[in-house]
Amino acid sequence: MDILRRTVLKGASASGVLAAALGAGLLKPTQALALDWNKAAFEAKDTPAAMKAVGAASAAESKDLKLTAPDIAENGAVVPVDVSSGIANTISIAVFVDKNPYPLAAAFNFSNGAMADVAVRLKMGQTSIVRAVAKTSDGKFYTASKEVKVTAGGCGG
Amino acid sequence: MSSMNRREFLQILAAASATGFALNSRDLLAAQGANKYYDLPRYGNVHFMHFTDCHAQLLPIYFREPNVNLGFGGAVGRAPHLVGEHLLKAFNIKPGSADAHAFTYLDFQQAAKTYGKVGGFAHLATLVKQLRAGRPGALLLDGGDTWQGSATALWTKGQDMVDACKLLGVDLMAGHWEFTLGHERVKEIVEKDFKGKIEFLAQNIKTTDFGDQVFSPYSMREMNGVKVAVIGQAFPYTPIANPRWMVPDWTFGIQDESMQKVVNEARGKGAQVVVVLSHNGMDVDIKMASRVTGIDAIMGGHTHDGVPQPVKVKNAGGTTLVTNAGSNGKFLGVLDFDVRSGKVSGFKYRLLPVFANLLPADAQMSAHIDKVRAPYTAKLEEKLAVSEGLLYRRGNFNGAWDQLILDAMMDVRGAEIGFSPGFRWGTTILPGQAITFEHLMDQTAITYPTSTLSEMSGEQIKSVLEDVGDNLFNPDPYYQQGGDMVRVGGLSYTCNPNAKMGSRISDMRLGDKPIDASRKYKVAGWAPVGEGVSGEPIWDVVGKWLRDKKVITPRTLNQPKLIGMAKNPGIA
Repeated sequence: MDILRRTVLKGASASGVLAAALGAGLLKPTQALALDWNKAAFEAKDTPAAMKAVGAASAAESKDLKLTAPDIAENGAVVPVDVSSGIANTISIAVFVDKNPYPLAAAFNFSNGAMADVAVRLKMGQTSIVRAVAKTSDGKFYTASKEVKVTAGGCGG
Repeated sequence: MSSMNRREFLQILAAASATGFALNSRDLLAAQGANKYYDLPRYGNVHFMHFTDCHAQLLPIYFREPNVNLGFGGAVGRAPHLVGEHLLKAFNIKPGSADAHAFTYLDFQQAAKTYGKVGGFAHLATLVKQLRAGRPGALLLDGGDTWQGSATALWTKGQDMVDACKLLGVDLMAGHWEFTLGHERVKEIVEKDFKGKIEFLAQNIKTTDFGDQVFSPYSMREMNGVKVAVIGQAFPYTPIANPRWMVPDWTFGIQDESMQKVVNEARGKGAQVVVVLSHNGMDVDIKMASRVTGIDAIMGGHTHDGVPQPVKVKNAGGTTLVTNAGSNGKFLGVLDFDVRSGKVSGFKYRLLPVFANLLPADAQMSAHIDKVRAPYTAKLEEKLAVSEGLLYRRGNFNGAWDQLILDAMMDVRGAEIGFSPGFRWGTTILPGQAITFEHLMDQTAITYPTSTLSEMSGEQIKSVLEDVGDNLFNPDPYYQQGGDMVRVGGLSYTCNPNAKMGSRISDMRLGDKPIDASRKYKVAGWAPVGEGVSGEPIWDVVGKWLRDKKVITPRTLNQPKLIGMAKNPGIA
């Protein structure tokens, strides 16, 4: 374990790190996000409608879009999901949880050649398909998905 | 004597026992040359000895293998999902032999009398010493589930086992139930007791904050001029199957990609043999072996499968052997590799049953065991009742011990329905044997033993059965957790394991009446994984019931009606 790294990271507040990212122009600042807020997509109650609202209704499966999530969630309240896009000129990534009341869980826009690699913690009430969608600068959409099981626990071994 | 071969000896033993002789005298056995059973000539130049899931059984015990161990999807008809005659046939084991008794439930009561108890650390120690003498440099691997499962392990917070393992000469270890002692206790043992002696390995335990390794992922050793790497894999679903609050800062999971990186790193540093010491469970190990390349063998546990020979799994890089070494101290796996010009050119594997009567007790280990038991002897040896029937636990749906726990809970708590966890550990009691407090603890000794009484709707009951069912019957091993189905008392049901989650369970009834989805039922249970549940420990509830009954009649097992399993070789 790299104790020094842990100490440094613990010492730096999360908002400080985020501010640095914003300052470097890697993430668009809050005001810009507010302007980009896709109300229809975030309020859609099923995945097809949410996908349609972000324009990704006919997204193509892609192996270059990597979705990392547990097979079984250790805690449904904070399911770690990582999405990284190896697709050139990715300008946004969105994450959906099919069985959540509002499936669109997160959307990220990238600018100035930022690496399209995000990690989020999602709340999931039940076993569901989790999907990622990536958009490229030429307006094309790509998708990847994985089932994440949410279980009551107990009874093992 | 040396003129009598092992088979003849064992046949005489069986015959004598059948006619009523008690052949449990160690001296008699030793005089007849039974040690030949353990003559295992050295092969090759790299050697691993492996035990797993001993569940803190320091003394010899009886342990009945299951007659229901169903496989699904690609696992149908493949080890470990073969029981009874199917297993004997697949591994060419002679019916009625000592091995047949060790690996199957067949004729269990009679065979248990003939061959006596199995396991015990003093007997295991003798076997380990004997094998080590002929295999210089051999590494002893402990697959975990070692610090839990007995009264003394619970009362000493695993210390009895920690000291026993140091004495036994364990080199490397992986874990699962260890974590139910809490993360601080595990760290204390690994950093203090084990320091410089035993390495605790886990490539798949990381901190929840920054994803840092909590334990060393692997160990590089040199054996007879060959560099070998052993990688540790903890039970991936520990925070789900067991209380998450006991390991709040750690995240687990299968983590194939991380495993591949560790294998590549070890190979990059010159490892000519790579072995994974795994607590995944056998089906998960087999799937992992098909996806990760560069592993020579996965020596596994968790699912308690006594599998006589490895399953060979092909992957993009070659073939990986997958073994599973049973439970309760009953077996010791011995894997020999012949490594030539930097590569494995051959292997031999034996899963040796540890027959206590065929192996003299090691004096030093016996002394340790006596010492740790001394303060508790009276409590351990209290006779609670006598069992008229065979009491065992293993099986996908129920066991007589679980039925007893259900009957006791429902009776004492006045519940209509009982739920008992599908644990796979727990020793066996022969008909006529006294049930001691120690035996009861063999079934219940956990750090979250609270018994509960709750009101559940019919709908909630169904969702519990479906949820647990999917942990066992999901065709994808990565979604399985390696326990058995929750044991159910009072309620009858039909189960179609091949159906999808949500539609496996049907025809739920209480007596003749169908379960009403909206009605509330009184349900007794134990071992809640949530934090802060209070109540009487399960051993007190069952202990009182046993003391009252004095004589326990054979239990009638509540088993679901199964659909589509008639031809499955995992059921008899």
